[in-house]
Amino acid sequence: MNKKTLHTYLNKNIQASTLAFFRLAFGLMMLFSIVRFVSFGWVDKFYIQPKFHFTYYGFDWVKTLGNVTYLLFFICGLAAFMVAIGYKYKIAISTFFLTFTYIELMDKTTYLNHYYFISVVSFLLIFLPANATFSVDAYKNKKLRFKEVPKWTVDVLKLVLAIVYFYAGLAKLNSDWLLEAMPLKIWLPNQSNVPIIGNLFHETWVQYSFCWFGALYDLAIPFLLFNKRTRNFAFFLVVVFHILTKVLFPIGVFPYVMIISTLVFFDASFHEKVLQFISKIFKIKTTIFSASKAYRLNLASKKNAFKISFLAFFMVFQLLFPFRYLLYPNELFWTEEGFRFSWRVMLMEKAGYTQFYITDSKTNQKIFVDNANFLTPFQEKQMSFQPDFILQYAHFLHNHYKEIGYNDPKVTVDSFVALNGRLSKRYIDPKVDLAKEYESLQHKTWILPFNDEIKGF
Amino acid sequence: MKKFLFLTIIAVFLSSCSDDSDSSSSGDNYDRSGMLTNWADNIIIPRFVDYQSKVGLLKNGVATFTTTPNQANLDNLRITWINVSKSYQYVNAFNIGKAEDINFTRCTNIYPVNTSGIQANIASGNYDFSLLSQYDKQGLSALDYMLNGLALNDSEIIGFYTTNANAVNYNKYLVDLTSRLKTNVDAIVNDWNSSYRATFIASNGSAVSSSVNKMVNSFVKYFEKDLRAGKIGIPAGIYSNGALYPEKVEAYYKNDISKMLLNEAVNGAQDFFNGKHFNSTTEGMSLKSYLDFLNTVRNGQNLSTIINNQFIAIEAVNNTFNTSLSYQVNSDNSVMISSFDQLQQNVVYFKLDMMQALNITVDYVDADGD
Repeated sequence: MNKKTLHTYLNKNIQASTLAFFRLAFGLMMLFSIVRFVSFGWVDKFYIQPKFHFTYYGFDWVKTLGNVTYLLFFICGLAAFMVAIGYKYKIAISTFFLTFTYIELMDKTTYLNHYYFISVVSFLLIFLPANATFSVDAYKNKKLRFKEVPKWTVDVLKLVLAIVYFYAGLAKLNSDWLLEAMPLKIWLPNQSNVPIIGNLFHETWVQYSFCWFGALYDLAIPFLLFNKRTRNFAFFLVVVFHILTKVLFPIGVFPYVMIISTLVFFDASFHEKVLQFISKIFKIKTTIFSASKAYRLNLASKKNAFKISFLAFFMVFQLLFPFRYLLYPNELFWTEEGFRFSWRVMLMEKAGYTQFYITDSKTNQKIFVDNANFLTPFQEKQMSFQPDFILQYAHFLHNHYKEIGYNDPKVTVDSFVALNGRLSKRYIDPKVDLAKEYESLQHKTWILPFNDEIKGF
Repeated sequence: MKKFLFLTIIAVFLSSCSDDSDSSSSGDNYDRSGMLTNWADNIIIPRFVDYQSKVGLLKNGVATFTTTPNQANLDNLRITWINVSKSYQYVNAFNIGKAEDINFTRCTNIYPVNTSGIQANIASGNYDFSLLSQYDKQGLSALDYMLNGLALNDSEIIGFYTTNANAVNYNKYLVDLTSRLKTNVDAIVNDWNSSYRATFIASNGSAVSSSVNKMVNSFVKYFEKDLRAGKIGIPAGIYSNGALYPEKVEAYYKNDISKMLLNEAVNGAQDFFNGKHFNSTTEGMSLKSYLDFLNTVRNGQNLSTIINNQFIAIEAVNNTFNTSLSYQVNSDNSVMISSFDQLQQNVVYFKLDMMQALNITVDYVDADGD
């Protein structure tokens, strides 16, 4: 693409209502999500009660805040609401991004791809003029009121959604999913009392059909949504697919977020109608937002050129980052090196058993660790099959036992993991003193080999 | 366009309906009630009734012995005690319902027993067995000490109940120990026979508090802590970095029945897994048939077969033991360690592979996402 076509593209405009629609929908969903999270008592359960938190590599400095965590959630929820109504939008969306991401960084036990998705989208939204219309900002300040916004601001959101679906589809192109129907073969029979279709879940052909259609759906849906002729059909599929996953699995708010987000693919006239419909309900005169100008970035300015380049770089990063697993030896599903932040959703039924031992270096006294003394059941479950959790916990144990008087305590573990219907196997080298191993981006040599292969992406 | 809005609203509405449904509502259509009924009617209740009748015989034996303390009555009493110990191996895993409420397993079979505590109790004649601090001064191991461990030869042991200055209290302690066992098992059997059986079977969901979940947790915990760690691991020095504790075996004072008790316990565990009826070769609904129903195949083999094969491997090692495990610890502890390893393998199969397949979790947390 030469500079001219690039400029032509960047100067293309579309109606501002699409971005405004997305802003409103996103803000409300996030508000709902935060309220739901707090109302379930999860703030206490996940961030206040645990004695110890599993942090991300490089983010050890992110600490939980005790009861102040509630304030953090309140600020996050308030920011989401301000985003929805478009009040002090820039500050609101920045605050939302920062607080939400901080919450996610506090403990990786609760890691979910969809939380990462929200962080990515809210980060992008900081740079987009989503308050150009149908917002308090646009109402109060004529300067912020626009009829049109650059087309790329909407395209970038579509691209993020397309990546989520397409990469999730690519990840399903593996031998476990396609040839063994794993892990659905394990999960579906547990849902046999779902009305009408439940009885079919024991059938092998049903399990395989779910796998193949699931992969096909994820791969095709971005293209079906992009294409105007297939868009209605695509949205119908989106609704059916997500309702089905909602019924089958306890996956919280993710289905709503995806269903609503895909509406961004529709024409601006649709978003315009939705906004008018909402205006009618709340008796807002749409004329108060009327503007004739288009939001335009002066591409000659260094600042804007930098901004555009930065966003382009960010999107390229999004495209490449999920493939970082190729840099690691051994089986991705087994070591999970490069597994997170890659849109690998519902691919594994994995569980572990870990018995830690502490050995005093001087007296050679060896004791057994009861994980329940330090971890919540949920943390223990997640820790048992993820090497970086095991390592971080081992260091915590080392420090704890050192503090209570053990001499340079060695930390070893009997660890077994069962993955996707395989019999459990020893996971971590039982002879390695984990207190002497350190987290890094390097391959962890103390993970025992998988001795099997899952072919594919 | 309106219809899309409509469709979306419907979609959100529909999904909210199913939102946050209790995990207990999910299910695999296995007849859990059938399995619970088999467990209750053909295994748990008959086993407790059997144990109760053995405790009854023990009580008679104690009455006879305390009335006429002589060698013949001591010999008979010891046999009744061995039979109780043997029968107990088949109920140890059922720490559920009344048994759980009264801490049945902890006040029936803690070993090593606290001998100085027992002597203090006898001296004072004043003790309350229901206190937590009294758990290691009662039960089958306390009886072991009273019948086999008071002295090195039988005539001296009988002397404690006849000529000893405190003979009255020794006799009383023996009676009280036995009465306590009787009271406990009577309470458990009564509860099963009156209301608990129905409660147990009715709780056929898959929530944390459901019977299947609780029973499996109780069974696996028993297998891991009482069987693997208690009978083998601790004496073999697994938990003391090689320091051996031959005196910490089960029935240490009788000494030559620890292997037999171990074998009975392993049998009991395997029978429960396979749903084998009391005193019969019939197998009913069980964890084994549950796994098979779910078509749990691992590495080309049914998981239930893998687990049963592992039981065979455990028995193969255990059969090489000396009749006394404390002798075994002293003579060749490596066999104890290989027994531990074999038992450990089934702990992993139970706790990891089986519980994963049965979708039994330690605690329910919403997996809100992928």
